[in-house]
Amino acid sequence: MSPATYLCCMNGIIKREILRFLQQRTRLLSVLVRPLLWLVVFAAGFRSALGISIMEPYSTYITYQQYITPGLGGMIILFHCMQSSLSMVYDREMGSMKVLLMSPVPRSFLLFSKLVAGAILSTVQVIIFLFITRLVGIDIEFTGYLYAVPAIFLTAFFLSALGLMLANLITQLENFAGVMNFVIFPMFFLSSALYPLWKMQEANVVLFWICQYNPFTHCVELLRFALYGQINELAFAVVFSSAVVTCVIALVTFRGRG
Amino acid sequence: MIKPIDTKLNAAAQNNFSLTEPDRMRSSASIEVRNLSYCYGKKRVLDCVNLTLPRGINILLGPNGAGKSTLFSLLTGLKSASLAKTGAGKDLAVDTANNEIKVCGLSLQSARRNIMRSMGVVFQQSTLDLDLTVKQNLLYHASLQGISSANALSNISDILSVLALKDKLDVKVRALNGGHRRRVEIARALLHLPSVLLLDEPTVGLDIESRALIIKYVRALTQREGLCVLWATHLMDEVTLEDRLIVLSGGDVKAHGITQDLCSQYQVDDVPQLYRKLTASMEVI
Repeated sequence: MSPATYLCCMNGIIKREILRFLQQRTRLLSVLVRPLLWLVVFAAGFRSALGISIMEPYSTYITYQQYITPGLGGMIILFHCMQSSLSMVYDREMGSMKVLLMSPVPRSFLLFSKLVAGAILSTVQVIIFLFITRLVGIDIEFTGYLYAVPAIFLTAFFLSALGLMLANLITQLENFAGVMNFVIFPMFFLSSALYPLWKMQEANVVLFWICQYNPFTHCVELLRFALYGQINELAFAVVFSSAVVTCVIALVTFRGRG
Repeated sequence: MIKPIDTKLNAAAQNNFSLTEPDRMRSSASIEVRNLSYCYGKKRVLDCVNLTLPRGINILLGPNGAGKSTLFSLLTGLKSASLAKTGAGKDLAVDTANNEIKVCGLSLQSARRNIMRSMGVVFQQSTLDLDLTVKQNLLYHASLQGISSANALSNISDILSVLALKDKLDVKVRALNGGHRRRVEIARALLHLPSVLLLDEPTVGLDIESRALIIKYVRALTQREGLCVLWATHLMDEVTLEDRLIVLSGGDVKAHGITQDLCSQYQVDDVPQLYRKLTASMEVI
């Protein structure tokens, strides 16, 4: 099979995911409204309560809104990737997955293409969100965007693979929603998305260590540093290795349904 | 236009050209199943099935739960015939050492990718993307087969014209009726010019006109292109006396042969009587 066949196949899968996403306008809207609510309402309310001292990568005191922006970017990716996995369970239930699996291209490549498609869509959504945050005074320099794109893509790829891994474990659509509550919320709240980890360490050491070992914390930190034109090596290493491991597990454990 | 396969084969022979892989596969279009058994947990749904399906229409008749869809899943590789999991609640393909499925002379286990290129399938359950248009659905399928959009578009145009769907090209599938959706699925199955066509109850739930159109088209196409078609149904009026008939019931092949010969052999007048005799079923439509 020629590389052109593989490219044609990946192109088709990415195009289909984009078309499907564009068809669901309310989904796009909800993806943006949720983090914007956090940014405008939640962050405004807690602005005075949660002061952020100088910490890397910031060179000066910052507002709480500035602090949670990368975390909310991470939230968009997390929700989108899990929703994509949900659609995979739906496709499997409804039979659409059969069409994909009837391709002569190896299944692992088909699923890899789906992960890439999910990562591309997440990247676009976060970039749109970051542009909108300018309206509430979050200024990101051009280099920040340049660094952010690969960071978002890598994070999204990792979380998509995690979602696929979960989708493999779930046999019924109904079960997926329940499991999401045990994945999305713990991953999000037990991370540095909403509060710096030193604050968590002051409050509870056990929770602090859980946050430290939560890969989503490193996703957020990777994005936080990238928005300031920097690379957090530890975060990059954790997210990259997590992406590789989850991708391999997801592809190996994938089961279609006959 | 899609060239008839016989024309291609003759031209290749006369000009001493070598046949392309799809042509070669089409010239040997057939399905062979040997000792195929399959269980869902403890329930055996296929019991040592042996079948040889040559070119032409092969009708698979059987009541609900006969094992038709499981057979389709195994033939398409969606279920693995070499799967050997054990334990309660797990699917189990038994006698894995003797199981064999060959499509166009190639073993499904070792040449799945080549087989998928030459196989078109219409599943019992609709598998179209409702939010995409007919064209988008067909182009998606073409891309999965490694066919570029430009090449696919000319095939799409030809097939949709024959299936009277050309005016629906830019219509969302959600807006189509059941008959049109089914026709789109058939168009999709034929888009990559397969040599083997699997149709799992393709006419169920359709009105008379839609059914007639689909039956007429598939029969004409099979004759013209020399396809091997496996058509699962429980609608007896879709069977003609010239078709090869397989009656599957309770996971067993009860009879296999030309319909007319089977009717003579079992001393019955028509297919419903034959079916009733072999399956002891009252489900005759």
